[in-house]
Amino acid sequence: MEQQLKELRESAVIELAKADSLDMLNDLRVKYLGKKGSLTSILRGMGALSAEERPRIGQIVNEIRAELEGVIEAKGTELKEAELTKRLASERIDVTLPGRQPSEGHRHPLTLTLERIKEIFMQLGFTVAEGPEVEQDYYNFELLNLPKDHPARDMQDSFYITEEILLRTHTSPIQARTMQAANPNDPVKIIAPGKVYRRDYDATHSPMFTQVEGLLIDKNISFADLKGTLELFIHQMFGDNVGVRFRPSFFPFTEPSAEVDISCVICGGKGCRVCKGTGWLEILGSGMVHPNVLKMNNFDPEKVSGFAFGMGVERIAMLLYGIDDLRLFYDNDLRFLRQF
Amino acid sequence: MQTSIKWLKDYVDFEQSPEQIADMLTMAGVPVENVVTLGEGIEKVVTGKIMDITKHPNADKLVVCQLNVGGEENIQIVTGAQNVRVGQTVPVCLVGAKLPSGITIKKGKLRGELSLGMLCSASELNLDQSMLTAEQKEGIYILPEGTPLGQDIKETLGLNDSILEFELTANRADCFCVLGLAREVGVLTGNAVTRPILNLSENDEKVADLAKVTIEEPSLCPRFTARVIKNVKVGASPEWMKQRLQDAGIRSINNVVDITNFVMLEMGQPMHAYDYDLVSGHHLHVRRALEGEVLTTLDDVKRTLTSEMLVIADDVKAVGLAGVMGGLATEVTDATTTVFLEAAAFNSASVRRTGRKLGLRSEASGRFERGVDVAAISAAIDRAAALMAELCGGTVVQGIVDEYPGFALPTQITVEAEAIRNHIGAPIPTQTMVDILTRLEFAVTEENDKLSVVVPSWRGDCTVMADLAEEVARVYGFDNIPVKMPESAMASGGQSYQQTIVDRVTAILAGCGMNEAMSFAFSHPQAFDKLNIEADSTLRSAIPIMNPITEEFPILRTTLLGNMLDMVSRNISRKNEDLKLFEIGSVFLPKALPLTELPTEKTELCGVLYGRRYPTLWNQTKDVVDFYDAKGIVERILAGLGINAYTIEAGSHPSFHPGKTAVVTACGKVIGHIGEVHPKVLEAYSIPKAAYIFYLSIEVLAELSSLIPKYQSLPKYPAVTRDLAFVVSTDVTSEAMKEVILANGGQYLQRAEVFDVYMGAQVGEGMKSVAYSLFFQSAEKTLTDAELEEPYQKILTALSEKCGAEIRK
Repeated sequence: MEQQLKELRESAVIELAKADSLDMLNDLRVKYLGKKGSLTSILRGMGALSAEERPRIGQIVNEIRAELEGVIEAKGTELKEAELTKRLASERIDVTLPGRQPSEGHRHPLTLTLERIKEIFMQLGFTVAEGPEVEQDYYNFELLNLPKDHPARDMQDSFYITEEILLRTHTSPIQARTMQAANPNDPVKIIAPGKVYRRDYDATHSPMFTQVEGLLIDKNISFADLKGTLELFIHQMFGDNVGVRFRPSFFPFTEPSAEVDISCVICGGKGCRVCKGTGWLEILGSGMVHPNVLKMNNFDPEKVSGFAFGMGVERIAMLLYGIDDLRLFYDNDLRFLRQF
Repeated sequence: MQTSIKWLKDYVDFEQSPEQIADMLTMAGVPVENVVTLGEGIEKVVTGKIMDITKHPNADKLVVCQLNVGGEENIQIVTGAQNVRVGQTVPVCLVGAKLPSGITIKKGKLRGELSLGMLCSASELNLDQSMLTAEQKEGIYILPEGTPLGQDIKETLGLNDSILEFELTANRADCFCVLGLAREVGVLTGNAVTRPILNLSENDEKVADLAKVTIEEPSLCPRFTARVIKNVKVGASPEWMKQRLQDAGIRSINNVVDITNFVMLEMGQPMHAYDYDLVSGHHLHVRRALEGEVLTTLDDVKRTLTSEMLVIADDVKAVGLAGVMGGLATEVTDATTTVFLEAAAFNSASVRRTGRKLGLRSEASGRFERGVDVAAISAAIDRAAALMAELCGGTVVQGIVDEYPGFALPTQITVEAEAIRNHIGAPIPTQTMVDILTRLEFAVTEENDKLSVVVPSWRGDCTVMADLAEEVARVYGFDNIPVKMPESAMASGGQSYQQTIVDRVTAILAGCGMNEAMSFAFSHPQAFDKLNIEADSTLRSAIPIMNPITEEFPILRTTLLGNMLDMVSRNISRKNEDLKLFEIGSVFLPKALPLTELPTEKTELCGVLYGRRYPTLWNQTKDVVDFYDAKGIVERILAGLGINAYTIEAGSHPSFHPGKTAVVTACGKVIGHIGEVHPKVLEAYSIPKAAYIFYLSIEVLAELSSLIPKYQSLPKYPAVTRDLAFVVSTDVTSEAMKEVILANGGQYLQRAEVFDVYMGAQVGEGMKSVAYSLFFQSAEKTLTDAELEEPYQKILTALSEKCGAEIRK
């Protein structure tokens, strides 16, 4: 019997080694270790053995059973692994095919630019104000120290609706409206974004465009505060490494007035086509609110002072995104809109 | 305004390069737009006299010239030019010469004859064509007789110089002349300015006996001066004067006219010279033009005037448009012997209006519009008279006719130095301020830190403390002003609720795959026809613009629809055929036309869907968008704004398909419409396939919205779902059935949602099958089937009675 067990073990080990599928392995398990399996049938023959032999053979049977179970388990793990590898190999996909993107929309580049501008100023405590696009000459010009026939009105060729009503040429009338609505001499701290209109239509002028106006009035506001506020804005908008310069200029509603230039973001100030070789790009106009403007809007220039600024959002967006044609903003070509 | 560096240096010396001085001026508020280096690229070009010309032995069209270029020996040059004659002085390119076009002249042989250079034309020297006469433009450039030989041509033609082109701001009228600019240079460099010396001798006739001036409109003419200069010989100006005029971009006419232009450029005062003998009554009047009066101006254009315009007239006729342009009839010609010289000031608004009406601008009108130095007019006319004596051999009649109704004392400003420091925010010492203002020729006295400032007559732009602060700041240097943050009280920044709603809606739409567009607020009345809008619709009363930018855009839009469909059409023509676009913008609704008060501006949202629902990719279905895509986006917006109690039901809109239009309402207010664009409208906009629009009012959305949702506790007991399908007539809407279900479903019915709609043979003609999932749930217990039996039966009965719906077997 001992010999019989030895042969059984050997043939089982050989056959198990040959098993190449989990089904086959299972068949072999049944063949050798199952209820009707070979080892079981040998065990059944144990009744014929002597009392001394029985425990010894029993032990051998148990050892063989344990060994075969171990072999089957190891083989099973091996085969499972192989089968998984095979299945995974057969399931290979072409990962280079385009992905299934969730349908995605895009906000307009001017909306995105304006959002950045608004965020920076709102963090500084500015409130966003608004005003009508169809405006009275009185607010658009007169309250801003631009009486009728002022030569500076030529700078802003206007769309008129009647002699007294026009499409606002800048967001500055919101300055006047805000001051008129405030308690005289109370602090004012607003930015005012909006669409503005001028009679100019070519590669560098759009009859409608977007401006953001800013106004801060309080006690003891100076040109140094204007410089500080606008430098901070520009560094937040374009990065800390951008150079800023304030250049004397003229606006009827501010005195002193300054154009603000940044070092060219395209060439870094070396001079290129975009900055016309100067290394500087004009991005906003600013100045100390003219005492006449304060007076006309019921504020006392002896008690308070303020600064104001205005910028073209298209200009800033063009510099931020490297857009080279102003007309693209209002052309609404999907291939353009999708890029932002 | 432009000037040459050399002209500036006639009055003020400086060591800085043209670029450096340009930068200094720009940073002090006198912006230089461009620095043009004259004669750039010209080398080894000299003056030479043609001593001899012989025919070329081998070529009919060439000649051989011998030129004296100042050396011992003549040089031989072969040329094909037709205008060369013996005795002429011409520009000669020597061997090795360089021209602005980049070419280098080499020694060579032309048809066998040695040629040691080239004769050159004005265009080869890159001379300003607008400054040349017709003869000078043709062939070789002939230089004036007496030009020194062998001289560098850059010296001869004044090309060893640079031109500063200014882009001056409207307030700096004083910088529209070379002396004004020299004053700025003097202040910035600290160098002294030398003014031209007046050398005027007069005869003993009295001007009052020869000439009269009457100002009939003193409000439009604050000052009018005149002089009479006899015995003038009209002829060419000397070269130096021609050069100066050329530096400023003005062509030489004759010595008399050139002097008026020269003094204007030098001192900023426009002038006009009349032929004295042609001025009737030797009497000039400043009056309004007669309605329909005709005047031929110097540019030989016949102009019909209105009574709004100011003219200069003699006793019988208008002889000039005041401050804009003189008349042809009284102009100075070669035959003129006596000059009636005018130097005056005119109201800037009046000059501006006249110029705009006639579409006429001149060097003079530009200066009057900005304002001239009224106090300095007599000095200017003296300067011009002295030059006419010097350069035209004229005799100056004694005295000036000086009508001066607008005489005003100089402006005086008293200000604490501290106020200026506070305005600028820089610790500028009082003495520095005094120095700066004094250098700018403001008369300043200081006592106890208080400044008393008399503003010079040419600085009409300075009237208040802030103006003085600007003068101090720009010369002190904006760069030298410190940088600080305002010490204002804390303020809570933020934006209005409606702005927040606009931001939220924009974000939701972008999340729905919609692309934001922006279009002009302009439109055309034809758009209303194209949009099928009713003849009596208020939308058609759009606001007309008096001066539209193009014929395409004569009105302000009352709806966003037209612009949106234009956009769709334009995109399709560019092969962008799957579109999801939206715009949030203003429309303008007048309260009455013509406008007497500001119109109502409304903010509206228009979205459009067109083409495929998904991008055209291998892994997406090829379905096209339909009504329910548009409706789904509207539902998403409403949910995103916390508007839950709304109704979307069949509605009508003139631009939409009558069977595929819905109106969106909530709390009794119309929020907007959703619909398929009407086939007629599609055709009008050349849109080939169905487009779907949603159009909502931002104001109404903002009013109904609530951005902070109310939390509802999570249910502890499970929900029970029942699916039921009904067969019903196609006329019955799913919303109507849902209402019946919800009304009869008892307290535990939470929701009823359509999950399938079927039409076809299995349910029969005119019928459809609609399947609902019903969700029952209790907050207190787990529901049993038995508890649902009653509501279930009630729903079946009610649907059968109210909708004619039968359960589908």
